[in-house]
Amino acid sequence: MSAKKKLKTSSMIASIAGEGQPVTAAPFGHALVEAAEKNPKIVGMTADLGKYTDLHIFAQAYPDRYYQMGMAEQLLMMAGAGMAREGFIPFVTTYSVFASRRAYDFICLAIAEEKLNVKIIGGLPGLTTGYGPSHQATEDVAIFRGMPNLTIIDPCDAIDIEQSVQAMADFDGPVYLRLLRGKVPRVLDRFDDYRFEIGKAKRLMNGKDALIISSGLMTTRAIEAADELKEKGIEAAVMHCATIKPLDTEAILAEVRSNTDRPVFVAENHSVVGGLGESIASLLMKEGVSVKFHQIGLPDEFLDAGALPTLHDRYGISTREVVKTVAKNVSVEEEIKPTI
Amino acid sequence: MSQTATASKASDIEALRQRAYKIRQHALRMGEVQGQGYVGQALGVADVLAVSYFRALKLDPKNPEWEERDRFLLSIGHYAIALYAALIEAGVIAEEEIEDYGSDDSILPMSGMADYTPGMEITGGSLGHGLGIGVGMALGLKRKESASRIFNLLSDGELNEGSTWEAVASAAHWKLGNLIAIVDVNDQQADDKSSTVLNYEPIADKWTAFGWETYRVDGNDLEALVEAFDSALASNSDKPRVIICDTLMGRGVTFLEERDKNHFIRVDENEWSVALKQLDEAYGVQ
Repeated sequence: MSAKKKLKTSSMIASIAGEGQPVTAAPFGHALVEAAEKNPKIVGMTADLGKYTDLHIFAQAYPDRYYQMGMAEQLLMMAGAGMAREGFIPFVTTYSVFASRRAYDFICLAIAEEKLNVKIIGGLPGLTTGYGPSHQATEDVAIFRGMPNLTIIDPCDAIDIEQSVQAMADFDGPVYLRLLRGKVPRVLDRFDDYRFEIGKAKRLMNGKDALIISSGLMTTRAIEAADELKEKGIEAAVMHCATIKPLDTEAILAEVRSNTDRPVFVAENHSVVGGLGESIASLLMKEGVSVKFHQIGLPDEFLDAGALPTLHDRYGISTREVVKTVAKNVSVEEEIKPTI
Repeated sequence: MSQTATASKASDIEALRQRAYKIRQHALRMGEVQGQGYVGQALGVADVLAVSYFRALKLDPKNPEWEERDRFLLSIGHYAIALYAALIEAGVIAEEEIEDYGSDDSILPMSGMADYTPGMEITGGSLGHGLGIGVGMALGLKRKESASRIFNLLSDGELNEGSTWEAVASAAHWKLGNLIAIVDVNDQQADDKSSTVLNYEPIADKWTAFGWETYRVDGNDLEALVEAFDSALASNSDKPRVIICDTLMGRGVTFLEERDKNHFIRVDENEWSVALKQLDEAYGVQ
């Protein structure tokens, strides 16, 4: 490339899809409409972010089941709790930053403490906007993991979102879902037997040299990275952990134990503090499983504003950076060294 | 008003007076079990609860989850002692539970929680939650075309919370004529007088400006309370209603009424019997 052209923040604002990647538009909105056709108890509520969380699709299909609560996230959670008390299944949407930082007490006590059937949908999880720390929910999982009763889902693509919406509608209890909005990539359709299930981690690819356990957007990156690593002669397994809490400890332990010579990489679109990485590290330590362990995640910092591709490279969560991190830590040379 | 109606009203008031007396007595007996508690608030709000539970609310004491009931939300969890007293008097909770108040495994914890107690609709205590939950429930009841109503008892201190005002605005926006807020104004919160901590007067003007039908009464005057509750419930307006009740902490027990007001009134061991005796005297009970 000649003189380096600065990327614009607006690039990728409506989609985190790579060039030429197959996508589905607003999978959450369409899946909710489908679930609502089957279940009249489903209602949609938002805090002035209907259009920006793909809930507008539901609002168009079911205007009488759509509640615009205004830019008031505390009220959104309380009113969601009230709706659930009256037997409805509210899907409440806002951005992840506002759900986690601003409405925590209301989710905790009005919803989670009483196990109410409210589905909290958070847009812009992790680093999926270039707007800077006001909009980047880099610590939402860390915040929510400490909340009893709350299930945390981090879907990977449009297929995962479509299946998780129906699964959430069928599940009785509070759930927080990290939403990918707009034009969302479809990547899981290459794995014929994949099926999203709440609480289950699924191995998507097998490989003897490395194991990448990932959630959300980073599963897409992990799959792409595994493809590229294969060309370099490194076989990486990929396990998709779409439910961060409760963690599928059984499947994760079985996968790690099946080959403890493989270094484990946990990749997440989240701070390295308090997310999936630390969750799995603590599991392995508690169970006495000794493996080389690496985190691929966002640094414990307030992140820069800018264009997402630039930021994903800068903070190590682009496919290119994942490939580099894995390759660096899986050296063939190291593998043939005699162990002491 | 005809003579018969006047007589009937007088007997209604007398019946409510007896209920308020018993509510105060139950609260004092619970306070005695722990040696402390929010008895000042309970004595202050007893008349409001008597009118709520024995005039306004539709409920079935034997079936606290009856679908057609009116829902009474206590957002001020520390007032649980007062609500337990009302629920005991209403026959929802057995009177024997008083002995275990606030003790291990009791169904009457010191802060009100939905999972513990029949008739306790929500977990309160983190202030500023009740009215917003009430907005959601009122919307839900409308969806179900239910004739039930939501009552939410909140306090003047709770008006400090921004979330309360989100709910106040929302209830008017959604025209929730099935939502009735009751604000206990005793001018006392944790650190000091409410008017000193964060003055919210003129309270009535504020609710009115937000689009509510507003009533303000002496919350220890049963006749005034009955009139306000009757008017609020008879109104055909699609506005939500608020009944602002000015109450006196410790009401009915002279030495507690006169004691320096405190959010958490301490009562010495030997004073509980004095309190019960003074309450009897106030009600002319021998």
